[in-house]
Parts: sequence; structure tokens; C-alpha cells
Amino acid sequence: MVTEAPATATKAPILEVRGLGVDFFVEGEWYPAAIDMDYEVRPGEVLGIVGESGSGKTQSSMSLIGLLPPNGRARGSAKLDGRELVGLTHKQLSRIRGKDVAVIFQEPMTALNPVYTVGFQIVETLRTHFDMGPSAARERAIELLRLVDIPDPERSVDKYPHQLSGGQRQRAMIAQALSCDPKLLIADEPTTALDVTVQAEILKLMRDLRSRIDSGIILITHDMGVVADLADRVLVMKDGRIVEQGTADDIFNRPQHPYTQQLLAAVPHLGVTVGGDAALAEAGAAAPIDGHAPATTAPRTGPEGGPEAGAEEYAMEARDLVIEYPGRGRIPPFRAVDGISMTIKRGEVVGLVGESGSGKTTVGRAVVGLLPVTEGSLRIGGRDMAGISADELRELRRHVSIVFQDPGSSLNPRLPIGQSIGEPLLLRKIARGAELNRRVEDLLDQVHLARSMRNRYPHELSGGQRQRVGIARALALNPKLLVADEPTSALDVSVQAKVLELFQELQREHGFACLFISHDLAVVEMLSSRIAVMHNGKLVEQGPRDQILRTPQDDYTRRLLAAVPVPNPEEQRIRRETRDRLLEEEARRLAAAAVAD
Amino acid sequence: MTLPNPNPSTAGTVAPDEIDEIEIGNSIENAIELKEVEGLSQGRIVLRRFLRHRGAMTAAFVLIAVVLLVTTSIGWGPIPGWWRWSPTEFDDVVNPGGSPTLSFEGGLTIGPHPFGQDNLGRDVFARVMRGTQQSLIVMVIVGLVATSIGIVMGAVSGFLRGRIDNVLMRFTDMIITIPVIMIGAILGRLVATQGATAVMLGLALSLVTWTSMARLVRAEFLSLREREFVDAARVAGASNSRIMFKHMLPNAVGVIIVNTTLLMASAILLETALSYLGFGIRAPNVSLGTLIAEYQTAFATRPWLFWWPGLFIVLIALCVNFIGDGLRDAFDPRQRRIPSKRSMDRAAERAARRQAAAASATATTEASGA
Repeated sequence: MVTEAPATATKAPILEVRGLGVDFFVEGEWYPAAIDMDYEVRPGEVLGIVGESGSGKTQSSMSLIGLLPPNGRARGSAKLDGRELVGLTHKQLSRIRGKDVAVIFQEPMTALNPVYTVGFQIVETLRTHFDMGPSAARERAIELLRLVDIPDPERSVDKYPHQLSGGQRQRAMIAQALSCDPKLLIADEPTTALDVTVQAEILKLMRDLRSRIDSGIILITHDMGVVADLADRVLVMKDGRIVEQGTADDIFNRPQHPYTQQLLAAVPHLGVTVGGDAALAEAGAAAPIDGHAPATTAPRTGPEGGPEAGAEEYAMEARDLVIEYPGRGRIPPFRAVDGISMTIKRGEVVGLVGESGSGKTTVGRAVVGLLPVTEGSLRIGGRDMAGISADELRELRRHVSIVFQDPGSSLNPRLPIGQSIGEPLLLRKIARGAELNRRVEDLLDQVHLARSMRNRYPHELSGGQRQRVGIARALALNPKLLVADEPTSALDVSVQAKVLELFQELQREHGFACLFISHDLAVVEMLSSRIAVMHNGKLVEQGPRDQILRTPQDDYTRRLLAAVPVPNPEEQRIRRETRDRLLEEEARRLAAAAVAD
Repeated sequence: MTLPNPNPSTAGTVAPDEIDEIEIGNSIENAIELKEVEGLSQGRIVLRRFLRHRGAMTAAFVLIAVVLLVTTSIGWGPIPGWWRWSPTEFDDVVNPGGSPTLSFEGGLTIGPHPFGQDNLGRDVFARVMRGTQQSLIVMVIVGLVATSIGIVMGAVSGFLRGRIDNVLMRFTDMIITIPVIMIGAILGRLVATQGATAVMLGLALSLVTWTSMARLVRAEFLSLREREFVDAARVAGASNSRIMFKHMLPNAVGVIIVNTTLLMASAILLETALSYLGFGIRAPNVSLGTLIAEYQTAFATRPWLFWWPGLFIVLIALCVNFIGDGLRDAFDPRQRRIPSKRSMDRAAERAARRQAAAASATATTEASGA
């Protein structure tokens, strides 16, 4: 499906790719990572390349500027303004890199050199490519930083990367990429490492820039929402091939290829369960700020009357829970969780949402006793975790379990997965020998893994399979409370969909209570009956799912909701506008408050 | 899953098998991934990378040959030797000055004393063999004992941290500051009459050389304990010692093996140095260091008395170092071997042929489908 929208075809393409292929040399054979790619990018156009990890989307784009690993090679043709890029020598390429083609990398912390100031790095790029004096280059650097909306550019120019926040770092990198007015800008997952609200800001910046600079942009991402937000045209890649190509409108509303349809279907879609998209989009702006709606901001903690009865009713009960990371020497202790109160009933799934650094993972780890409680109380199954002894904790861990975020790191790479799954059973002396084997096989069946896999090592499994193993291990002792700490954030969308489905199924079967931690509101929406929102260590809001998603009370919750990109261009446009309005309103309110003071 | 061609150098002439074609058609990316993992355990992968390391493999063979030669020639414990002379036996000096009977003139002639004789008529070959045996004993003992001490020290302080870590690491610092020479001198004093045996010398050296291992293992454990599988094991109910030795140690094995080999290489040099100074093994017992010390006055007149022990010292230390190097490369997953241009080109040809075949195959299926 190569449908060229005539509107975009007004200008001559800046980049013409014909028959581009990328191969990798592995164990004495060439394996293709990208095959026969044909596409073009016009000035002022954003081309989104979507695909799952390993689909060749990054490698094919990196091959344009010769940034392949040494065992890779590129074939075919890629013409930038009529000049062939494939097969250029290193020297010729380095003249093009940075000047004609610039790259925005995924992880700004690693892509910026930590020992030089941001300004120095921009100046360096400028002076490499242009004949420019140091002071002129510095002027230009400040100008660029202003262009990307970094606050106080005159001072930020002398800051080191670690002195900037994640979003600012990404802005600085964009400034560096823009420094030589590149004809082509390759943005490789520019927002993946960022929080949802920061992501929304960066996307906004990129959208603004697109109208201000006249370069072609290749946007590489796995996030359909980001594509919907930014891209004019979309390439969908699978196993190294372009399976579908068309305008954003075509791809999202009339996907032709089954894979594209499958990909779109797999994206958890915020608002599906709750109902009307429009209602959701409006939710942020329209919700009344007065406390007229059901007062859920006051957390519905256990009834004050009967703590004894409560011990039976709740799988987890936290009251004014404080968790601190101890200080070291002169560094004061860091309060990661600051006085939260929440409960989980038996058999209930509660979603805990927040940005990175909000303390949500800390709560999860405290629940399984991996972190000590500093103040307040945290009762798990009727037992207080504050000052719990090592023996009691061991006993308690029969009933609580955790699924970790990264299945690659949470399984011991040197143990076959069967042993990993069976370990809790073995250590509790519940089963051994043949009985243990039977139980492990049972667990493998439950998470839909072949029994023969038990002798495999973690690195032989795919990400989704590994996470299934993690779930099986967590379920081995039949826990009453399960903490799921972002169990799907390291997985591809389609894999994530399957794992979530499995998770729901198991929850229904076993009926365990679950604290489901995630940064992704759409995922939480699928699973939980209640949602709690954390921000800077505090619980800003909690309540039933529908109410949180439809009539959020707290400003932060509303910002969070508005920032989630939705895989649908029109809807995303509406949401974007809502969000901008929301931010403006808030700015006005803040200004008014400042005046009032 | 396709099996790797066992003999890549001839693969260029072999027609690609049919399974491959189907595989390529299905999912290429998957094939790369499978190819890279392919049901191999970590150990198998490491072994394969090690076997491909030419320097290390050569070194391993040479070392094995040396060990075999040393153990069988003059015998070792219960093993009877096939060599005529023992290290302490006297014989009439065959060649003038006792120079080696080994010669390459008119073909290879070995003669009764291929490495020569010393001024008393003792066979240098037998003495060198004996010396090498002693040195190897020291090397192995240091390899075992120092490594064990280092692992336990490092693991405990890295895993438990806090006060225990502080105490153990300051103790390690203290050991580091003790000069090895001093240990040798004390040892020499303690066993002044007899000279130390190789076992004692090995043990003494172990007591001062474990420090680097402890530091490395500690660093490794400090990073490993932050990995989530450690937390997972704890939630599963594993005790500290189980976490340390069942879960973390196997993950640190790369660092340990590499460092052990390097430690062994330095142990052999240390042993010769100490023995040379008269602090280690002493006459009548023979080690490579004592051989050199004993004959140092004859340096100008009878150089072969140095050549041979020197050659064996260099040979063993070099081999062990090479093996350590190979192991380090093998354990480092980030280090990708960059294939030679030729093998890349060959594979490209092969792939082109296969692609052509696949293209024609799809063409036929499409034609039949239509």
C-alpha cells in the first residue's frame, strides 16, 4: 500500500531511499535486518517508522549515516538531496553527520557527554562544521537553547548534563541536533526514556519545530500514540520489511495489512473500558475543581471502628506510610514515600500510577519487605511490616509475592527457568523431587509455556516468555497478595497485550489481591478496579477506576491523563488541545495566585 | 532453528540446505536472535568463544604438553619416569664443559644430555623438569587457596556491606601493604635448614596474593546485589548464604576464572623470584628459581644452564597469561569478534545465491497461487 497523499508531494523529496537493505554478520552468515526498503522524506514532513523491537527500524535509519556496528553493512541506495549516502567513506560521512543529517537519540543522558557543558557540546558541533568564532558560536548556542524552550538559556548553556532534568536534556540534545540546520533529522525513540508528561512537552516542542524549520524528520518509535501525535506519513515495519506505508490517517483509520491491524489492536487504549473518548478527553478540563463530586480525595482507608475485622478484610493496609532511603554521611535521608494511606481488599486489583521517581516502586518493594518501613504502619495480611523480624518476614513471604519490571534482570541467568520457578517451593520445603517437578510443570501450564522449556536458560527465551516465567515464580506459593511492578513496561505492545491477558486470567482463577504498579494509565485501566495516583512520594488521588479516569479531582491526575498519547490522530489532536488549555489555565491560576500574594 | 555449519570455511561450496530457505522466508529477525542464543547455556557459549581464540588455544595445548612432559619424563610421585637420569644423579661429563648434546647439525640428534650438564655432571634436563614440577605445584596451590580466600572475603564484604565490609576491606588493605619479600624472608627463616617445600611456599604466597581477587569479587558482588534476581531470590525465601553462593557466585564466575589464571601466572614468577633470592625453595630441592640462582656464576661460560629454566618460566607464564586473556575475551559478551573481510564476502555470495533461490521459489508459489 503505497498511497502518496498529493498534498505532501509539493516539494522534491529530501531523502530518497531505494532498495535499502541492512545485513548483519552473525556466526559466519549474513542475516538481513532490513530488506528492500523504499521510502522518501520531504522537507517539513514527519515520517514515522513503527515496528516492534528487532523489526529493523533503527538499524535501517542508522545505516543512512553509517552508524552500523562493525559487523553490519548496508546495500541499496539512499540519496540525500541527490547525493548517495550508502557506501561513503568514513571521512565523507563525518562531513554529512551533524550538518546535513542529525540524530536525536533515545537516552539523552548517555548521548550527551557528561564531562562537558551542554553549551560546549553545541559549540563543538557548530565549529566543526562552520567557520565560526567561539563567541559567535556561543551566541548561536544560546539562541538554539532558546529555540527549544530551555529556561534561562544564558545560564543553562554552562550547565552540565546532570544538572538538567530529563526533559531539558532531551531539549538540549534537540538543540544540538538542530545546530547546523540539518536537512534530515532522525529521531530515534526520542521520548521513550521520558515520563508521560515530559513526553507530551517534547512532542509539543517537536511539533512546533517542524513548522519552524524546513527539514525532513524521521521519527522512529514503537509507540503508536507518539506516531499519531506527530507523523504525517507512517511506515510499518515487521521482520525487516515495510509491510505498510501511507498517510497517518490511512494507517490509523484504514489499516490494510493484518500486522498493522494487529499492532493497533494490541495497543492498550485509554478509555476503552471507561467509555467515550470524548468524555475522557474532556475529563481533564471539564471536571469541577470544587469538592462537589464524590469525595474520594480523602482516601477510603479502613474503617476506624474495627482494625481487627479489617485485618481479615484487607490484604494490604497502609496508614501514613513513610519510607526513607537512609542518608550517607552528609547526604540527608531521602523520603521516597511520604505518608500515604491506602488499602487493598482481598482479591482486589489496585492500580498504582505515577511517574518515575514518584515512589510507586518503593511502595511495592516495601510491601514484600524488601525495604523497611520508616514510619507509619503497613499491614500485610494483618501483620505489621514496621519492625518485623527476619523470621516473621520469611513466614509472611509465603503469602506475598512480586513480579519484577525487567524479566531479563529478575531471573538468575545461570539457573534454568524450571529451577527458578521451583525455588520458592523448594526453599519452603513444600515440595521436592518428583512432586516439585509436577508443581513446576503445573505452573508452566498455567502461564502457557511448554513444559519442555523448564530446562532452558532465561537468555534463550523471549521477553514475553521470560515475564511469564516471572509470573509463574510469583504464583508458585499461591500468594494472597501479588505486587506487579511494571510487569509489561519492558515488553513490546503485542507481547504486552498477551501478558496482560494472561495476568487477568490468572487473577480470576486464583483470586489474589494485587497491587499493580505502572506508569501506563491505559494498562492500569484494563486491570484494576481501583486506581491510586502518586506524585512526588504522596498519594494525590485514589478512587474507583471510572471515577479517576472520568472525573479526576487532582490537577496532577488531570495533567497525567491529558498527556497520554492515544493511537488515533484526530483524537490525539483533541487531547492535545485539551492539554494545552489545561496548562494555560493552570499558568493563569498560578499567575493569579502570585498576584494575590 | 538452524544449526550452525560446523565447518564454515568449506560452507561456501556447499549448497544451502532447504531448511534454511524456509527459515529465511519466515522470520529473518527471529533467526538472528535464535542463532545468537540457540539453546546454548552460558557455559557453552563461553567455551565456544574460547575455542575460537587462537592464542589461548595454542597456549592451552603448549601448557598441557609441558605438564605431560614434566610429569612423565622424570616421574612424579607414583608416576614412573622414562628419562634415564634423575635430577641428583651424577654422570661423566659428555661434551666439553657439559654443553648440550642436542644438535640440529646433520638432522636432529638428542644425545644423552640434550639440555647439557652442569659442572658436576648432573643432567640439566632432569633438573629443569624437577624445577618445573615444583613451580607448577606452587602455581596450582596459589590458584586454589588464594582464589578461595579471595572469593570468600570479597563475597562476604560485597554482599553484607556495612561494618563487616569495612573491617574486611581494611584488613585487605593491610595485607596489600605487606611486601611479599618480607613474607619470603620470614618463611626462609622459619625453615632455615631444609628450605621450604613447594607446598609451604605455595600456601605462604596464597596468604598475600588473595587481595586482588577479594577486591574484584567484592566489586562484582556490589553490582550483582542490585540486580533484581537477588531480590527475587530473597522474596522466594532464600537465605543469605544461598543467595551468595547459589545465585550470585555463578554470575561472578567470569571475573573469578580470569583473575585466577592471571594470579597463577604471577605466582610462578613470584616463586622463581623468591627462590632466586634464596627465600623460597632451596637446594638440594630444585625449582626454576634456584636453578638460575645456583648457576649465576657460570653465566658467561655455560649459558645453557640459564636458557632452559628461563625458557620454561617464560613458556608457562606466557601460556597461563594467554589462556587468561582468552577467557576474558570469552566471558565478555560485549566483545564481538569482527569477522575477516574474506569470510564476510564468502557469506555474502552464499546469501545472494540463497536469495535468488528463495526469490524463484516465491515466484513459483505465486505463479501457482495465481
